[in-house]
Formats: sequence, structure tokens, C-alpha cells
Amino acid sequence: MRFDHQLLEHIPRLRRYARALTGDAVRADDLVQDTLERAWRKQRLWQRGSNLRAWLFTVMHNVHANQQRAAAHGEEVDYMALNLAGPDSSVEESVGVRDLLRGIAQLPLEMREVLLLVGLEQFSYKEAAKMLNIPLGTVMSRLSRARERLRAWQEARPGSAMLKVVR
Amino acid sequence: MKPIEDSDLHAYVDGVMEPARRIEVEAWLARHPADAARVSAWAGQNRLLHEQLDGVLNEAVPPRLLAAAAGTSSLWRQLGRMAAGLSMVGLAGLIGYGVGVRSTPKIVTVAALPRAAAIAHAVYVPEQRHPVEVTASETAHLVKWLSKRLDRKLQAPDFTAVGFELLGGRLLSGENGPVALLMYQDDGGRRVTLYVRREGDDRAVFGPSFSYAVEDGVGVFYWLDGASGYALSGNLDKKTLLGLAILAYRQLADG
Repeated sequence: MRFDHQLLEHIPRLRRYARALTGDAVRADDLVQDTLERAWRKQRLWQRGSNLRAWLFTVMHNVHANQQRAAAHGEEVDYMALNLAGPDSSVEESVGVRDLLRGIAQLPLEMREVLLLVGLEQFSYKEAAKMLNIPLGTVMSRLSRARERLRAWQEARPGSAMLKVVR
Repeated sequence: MKPIEDSDLHAYVDGVMEPARRIEVEAWLARHPADAARVSAWAGQNRLLHEQLDGVLNEAVPPRLLAAAAGTSSLWRQLGRMAAGLSMVGLAGLIGYGVGVRSTPKIVTVAALPRAAAIAHAVYVPEQRHPVEVTASETAHLVKWLSKRLDRKLQAPDFTAVGFELLGGRLLSGENGPVALLMYQDDGGRRVTLYVRREGDDRAVFGPSFSYAVEDGVGVFYWLDGASGYALSGNLDKKTLLGLAILAYRQLADG
């Protein structure tokens, strides 16, 4: 199958992960676009027959990590606040910014990544370790801390929708 | 039996566990309510992640991502820069065709609005001597002229409250006929453009709603109101641009 057709198949899941990672629809699509462009440039590094989805998520992780480093000294825009600044609910992007994403936004990036790769994208612990280039034990400890932090965050908000589900 | 550790509890939640071990974990959880509560909370988090994010999987994929997947992003970006030498209509059509937009014609048309607006913005904003055809000194004439050509009552929104003055406007040709382009500038020389075109009357049913797109580095807020499509473009931060778009929307809706 042609490379471009294969890439198309993976766009929806890359977008979902990017949305959860950045908490912002436009920034998420920027990240997906950068990832796809890099995937084309680095196409030779992907071994045909191996898991393209896992490789694309690895590429996305690297692109995002580079951007984070580059932006480390730049101004960080509060996208969450921006999304709520629109008239009523007519800013379409506010769709999708809900409770749990706020909780996830509180987590350090390294924990957020593991939580999402495992809990949302259902990669194995081993696959996540390979993607993030960290030992398996680190995946487990980050996952554990992420879930416990998120649980504490949820419990501090008894009125939020998620507790109904949790209990 | 091996003692139950945290890693077992996570593997249980994530469904990656041998059936035999699974039974042991379940027996453990039955006797340890604190662990059972943690496990239940973690499983709830996974469920919520899917509930809140799986909708993204069903969203239409934006054309720029289709272009990136096809490996034509860089070509597409070049085309954007070449826009100055080509007609707006032809270019928008070419880009739409080139990236293989597979949505329905109506969605393609709406998606083409921010693109066409960003191209017009990129073409006319750098102009120092002739950014507009009719200057703001003749605002009344400008508004009357553009209203007549677009066959609808047009207004030039007032952005002076946020530091942008009307420079003037010009008439362009778009795929649905004439297009009005108004240009504003602030003290720092930053420019924004408001692109107004006719839309099919059936769109009124959707009501006004803002969307945001970045086309070749130009940020665009666009919305449909009745039979008109509006797009506000600028190289500004998103928040400032949104503020201007809201101002424009309110003034145009009042008119």
C-alpha cells in the first residue's frame, strides 16, 4: 500500500492523541501536520512491515518534545482561558475542552504522555517505553503517578461529572 | 501466589494480564477495598478519556492534514506564496483539487473561505502604496459601492476601540461572485483584513459560529451569518484576532 494512503488511515488517532496532549484543537492539528511532514522526510527510517502507528506516535513525540524545548523560553499562551473567551459557546473549539482534559492539563507532560499512550491509545507498556525512549520501569512509575494525581484532582472536585462515573 | 503489586493493578485496569493472574488480582481486590477504589478510579479515567475524546475520530480531517499526508504540504505552501501572481478563484480551486478534498461540496466551499481570505490577506497586506482601492477618507462611498456590488448591506466595523483604524477597501472576485476586502491598521503598522463574500442562502440554518484556521501562517477567524461569509485575517495572536472578530460580528449583526 502506498505510504500516503497508509498515513491517511492514522490521522484520526493522531489527532485524538494530539488534542488530549495539547488541550487545543488548532495546536493539536498543527502538531499532526508537523508530524506528517516529518514522517515524509524520515520515511526511510520506518521499516516496512513494522507497526506504522507506533512509529508515527514516536515521530509525534519527538516533534512535540522539540517544540516544547524551543518554546521553553517563549511565552506560553493560556489556550484554555482563550477557549472560554468566545461569545457564548459559539467558538467551536470549546467543544472537547471538558473536565478531564483540565485535569490532564495539570499533569507534567511526561506523565500525561504515558497516561494517554496507555489509557487512551492502548499501547502496551513496552511499546510506550520504546516510543518515549525510557525504561519500562519508568513507564510504570509515571503511569502510577499520573493516575494517582488525576484521582486526587478528581476527588478535589466533588461536583465534577467524572466522580459519578468513578464511584 | 506472588504478592500483588501496583504494576499488577495497572495491568488489570489496562486488560493486559494472564487470566490466572487476573483471578488472583480479583480475589485480592475483594479483600482490599482501598485498592479496589483505586482500580475503579483508574478504570473510570480510561473510560472518561474515551468518552471525551473519541469524538475527534469522527471529525472531518482538515484539508491541510490531507495535504500533509499526501506529502504535498510544501507544494501547498509554495502555492500560497505564489498567490500574488494568480487569480484567487483559480488558485483556491487548484488547491482544493490538489489535496483531494473528499467532503461534500458544501463543506469544501466553507473550508475554502479561510483559505481564500488568507490568500487575499497575504496578497494585499504588504502593499505600501496601494493597499486599498478606496481609502477610509471616503468611507461612505466605499461602503455604498461595496454594498451595491455584493448586493447586500455592508458595513465597515469600527475597531478603533482596540487600536485599529480603517485604511479602506477593495473589490475582489471570488468563486461566488464579488468579494469585499476591508483593511485595518494599528499604530504599530499591523494590518488585519475583513473578507466578505456571498454564500448560498441555505446556510442561514446553521446560524453564526466562529471557526479558526491558520493558513500559511495567517490566522483566520471566519463565520457565516445569513447569506454572507466573513473572514477576519491577520498575523496577530489568536486572542487579539478573536477579540476583533467578535467586535466585527456584533457590529455586523446589529446592522
